[in-house]
Amino acid sequence: MEILGIPIQALAGQLLLGIVNGSFYAMLSLGLAIIFGLLHIANFVHGAQYMVGAFVTWMLLQYLGISYWWALLLAPAVMFCLGVAIEYVFLRRIYELDHFYGLLMTFGLLLMIESIFRYYFGSTGLPYENPLPGGINVGFMFLPYYRAWVVGVSLVVCFGTWFMIERTKLGSYLRASTENPEMVLAFGINVPLLLTLTYGFGVALAGFAGAMAAPITNVSPTMGTHLIIIIFAVVVIGGLGSIMGSIVTGFALGILEGLTKFFFAPASTTLVFVVMVLILFIRPAGLFGKERP
Amino acid sequence: MPVSRNFQIVGWILVAIAAVAAPLVFHPLFAMQILCFALFAAAFNLLAGYLGLISFGHAAFFGVGAYISGYAVKSMNISPEIAIVMGTAVGAAMGLAFGIIAVRRQGVYFAMITMALAQLVYFICHQAPFTGGEDGMAGIPRGNLFGIIPLANNYVMYTFVLCVTGLGLALIYRVVNSPFGMLMMAVRDNDRRATSLGYEIDRVKLQAFVLSAALTGLAGAMKAIVFQFASQTDIVWATSGTPVLASLIGGIGTLAGPVIGAAVMVALENLLSGFGEWVFFVQGAIFVFVVMFFRKGIYGELKGWAERNGGSRPASRPADVSSGPVATMPQAISKSAS
Amino acid sequence: MSEICLSVKGLNAFYGESQALHGIDFDIRRGEVVTLLGRNGAGKSTTLMSIMGLLKNRTGSILFEGEETVSKPANLIARAGIGFCPEHRAIFSSLSVEENLLLPPIVRKGGMSVDEIYALFPNLAERRSSRGTSLSGGEQQMLAIARILRSGSSLLLLDEPTEGLAPIIVKVIGEVIKTIKARGYSILLVEQNYRFAAKLADRHNIVLDGKVVDRFDAVSDAASLDHIKSYLSV
Repeated sequence: MEILGIPIQALAGQLLLGIVNGSFYAMLSLGLAIIFGLLHIANFVHGAQYMVGAFVTWMLLQYLGISYWWALLLAPAVMFCLGVAIEYVFLRRIYELDHFYGLLMTFGLLLMIESIFRYYFGSTGLPYENPLPGGINVGFMFLPYYRAWVVGVSLVVCFGTWFMIERTKLGSYLRASTENPEMVLAFGINVPLLLTLTYGFGVALAGFAGAMAAPITNVSPTMGTHLIIIIFAVVVIGGLGSIMGSIVTGFALGILEGLTKFFFAPASTTLVFVVMVLILFIRPAGLFGKERP
Repeated sequence: MPVSRNFQIVGWILVAIAAVAAPLVFHPLFAMQILCFALFAAAFNLLAGYLGLISFGHAAFFGVGAYISGYAVKSMNISPEIAIVMGTAVGAAMGLAFGIIAVRRQGVYFAMITMALAQLVYFICHQAPFTGGEDGMAGIPRGNLFGIIPLANNYVMYTFVLCVTGLGLALIYRVVNSPFGMLMMAVRDNDRRATSLGYEIDRVKLQAFVLSAALTGLAGAMKAIVFQFASQTDIVWATSGTPVLASLIGGIGTLAGPVIGAAVMVALENLLSGFGEWVFFVQGAIFVFVVMFFRKGIYGELKGWAERNGGSRPASRPADVSSGPVATMPQAISKSAS
Repeated sequence: MSEICLSVKGLNAFYGESQALHGIDFDIRRGEVVTLLGRNGAGKSTTLMSIMGLLKNRTGSILFEGEETVSKPANLIARAGIGFCPEHRAIFSSLSVEENLLLPPIVRKGGMSVDEIYALFPNLAERRSSRGTSLSGGEQQMLAIARILRSGSSLLLLDEPTEGLAPIIVKVIGEVIKTIKARGYSILLVEQNYRFAAKLADRHNIVLDGKVVDRFDAVSDAASLDHIKSYLSV
């Protein structure tokens, strides 16, 4: 079917892919923004943590026969523990230092984690069975169930997280600690513990995204590598200061990418970076940015 | 604070001996690999150690410098020294473009932006036909230097690379010890104060960035001719991490640091080359270890040790200092005025 | 005479390599308002930060209700029952007024209830959904004090509560402090406005160069006030 000469089916298909990609951009940049806001660590290893989440999901099925639905709970739980361990052993020691040491250390962790997985699993991807096969024809396009599920769940998770941070008491501890952690400590709250748990939560979010990605992309050790750089561009565009900013920017860029793929495919891989460059000239602090550029 | 004169003289003699002996003791290609990488790391460190701008995108300048000079020699029949100049010039131009975009933000954002821009360049190069895509550009001839000196002989090539690297490092030394260098360090330590005193810090950052990118392009351009091969591995994001690690290991914010770090890393890489992924694992582990326990780096620690054990401590000199609180603004200004 | 709730002996504190406090000695009895008066840079705020555990590099003895707190982390000191109202108030801009008020956890029984606090500070009740930093300076100061009234802390550390406030607001703050004193809170008050402090305090400590150089009971006559003034002027 065509409207104004544009094949609607193809466009809608590409848009759907875009929204699905946007879901992952949103979830991952959300986790990164939360970690950076509170811990001031640019969690370079976030992409690798997403990859490990996917692998945990795959391993749960492969070695323990545990299905996708349980993996959606277990993989984030495992990643939460991993995150807590990383924070406690490594990150805790460098809070006092210049912020770029956080980037350097997480870069080192990324090299370590990715190389281990590449060693054991090679670089080619491992398939993971789609738990929700099939789809429904909605007239102008075919909507696969799993893709719809991904978009739905990520919207719920993203806005649930936003709500937790902006509207609950725990969230007020987080927001206050982002602004003035010393004062929050002086009120009696164990801020170091809060930092640890928050990092764990951010990593769990990445792991959850990985679990959701497993049926879509092949589970491979390099699945997070290029993605993390896109996520960095997303957070520069959106501004790290705002939770809602990361979510909206993530979805928007995914959709934009989908449209670009439809209208001018060769540009789609570089679109996010081009947008980043534009934003840096128009609004250096980012679309929703609050800090001084 | 520089160490005593004797220490320095001994150091220089050792360096001269090493430079001459290296291609004889080790394989000349190995020695040249160290030199190219040392220049790469030193160019990065100019920006990172002395200006405080950590760029995670320098692989773009390195890789494009390599592609440009490789293409010039291979497909345009240009003699190598001009090809290298071309690679350097393109590196500088890219540095200008990157710089104009990236200096709008600071700190961690700056790093992210340079990373993203390098990735952009990576994708462009991947699609551009002249780079050879995934296969890369192979069979780059050594050519004849100035049209007459054949570079096919590894020892001749080595001498050329040694001279060029030496000049590059000397240039960095001169810049660091000039008023501009002091201004860089002042901006690193307290950019608000620098602005309030009337300095256009964005200009300073941009100029330093262009210089750093140019020298990196130079290193890449040389590397393409030495190894007769340029590929997208040179531009991949992981390559951007290598000068960072080299400078960190050797000592950020020192002149000798990146060179030492480069030697260590190339040696390590060659040692572990049979072990595949473990090269990256070890690199990552070293990153983590150095950030946690060894931030001053090899040269930084050595200097600190030498100072504590008898090196004289003359009045504060801004050159060759390790990272940390250094010459404060008023001192830097009065020094540049005197 | 009521018992001693805070006893500071030989408190030394360091900012990195430089020593800011050189053996601070003083104490506070339950229900008292005790001041630390002194010029800028004398070490008054540093003393509060050390008591609160925010300045970690400290030696000496800080006994709060009989327990040594000099090596405790700040959150445990808060949980022991000390409340902190810092200079510049530290109201969180990313929290609403009510969120700011409810942030400090209840550390002991006996604190004021939210209703009681809103009764004492009606303008805070009115603005409870506004952003914390959208309040005026005086209202922010009241919020900063109100926060620590709810938590059940028995000793309140107030760092220059009248700084930058208009005289009419200063008066209100004075009334607030009188009211909470009447409820049995012990208060350590750091001030440069010695006239304000003199109206409220039971005892004064003069701090100079990181030491307590003089101490005396409450005064109201002009001569004594001039005496205090001489310590504070440059």
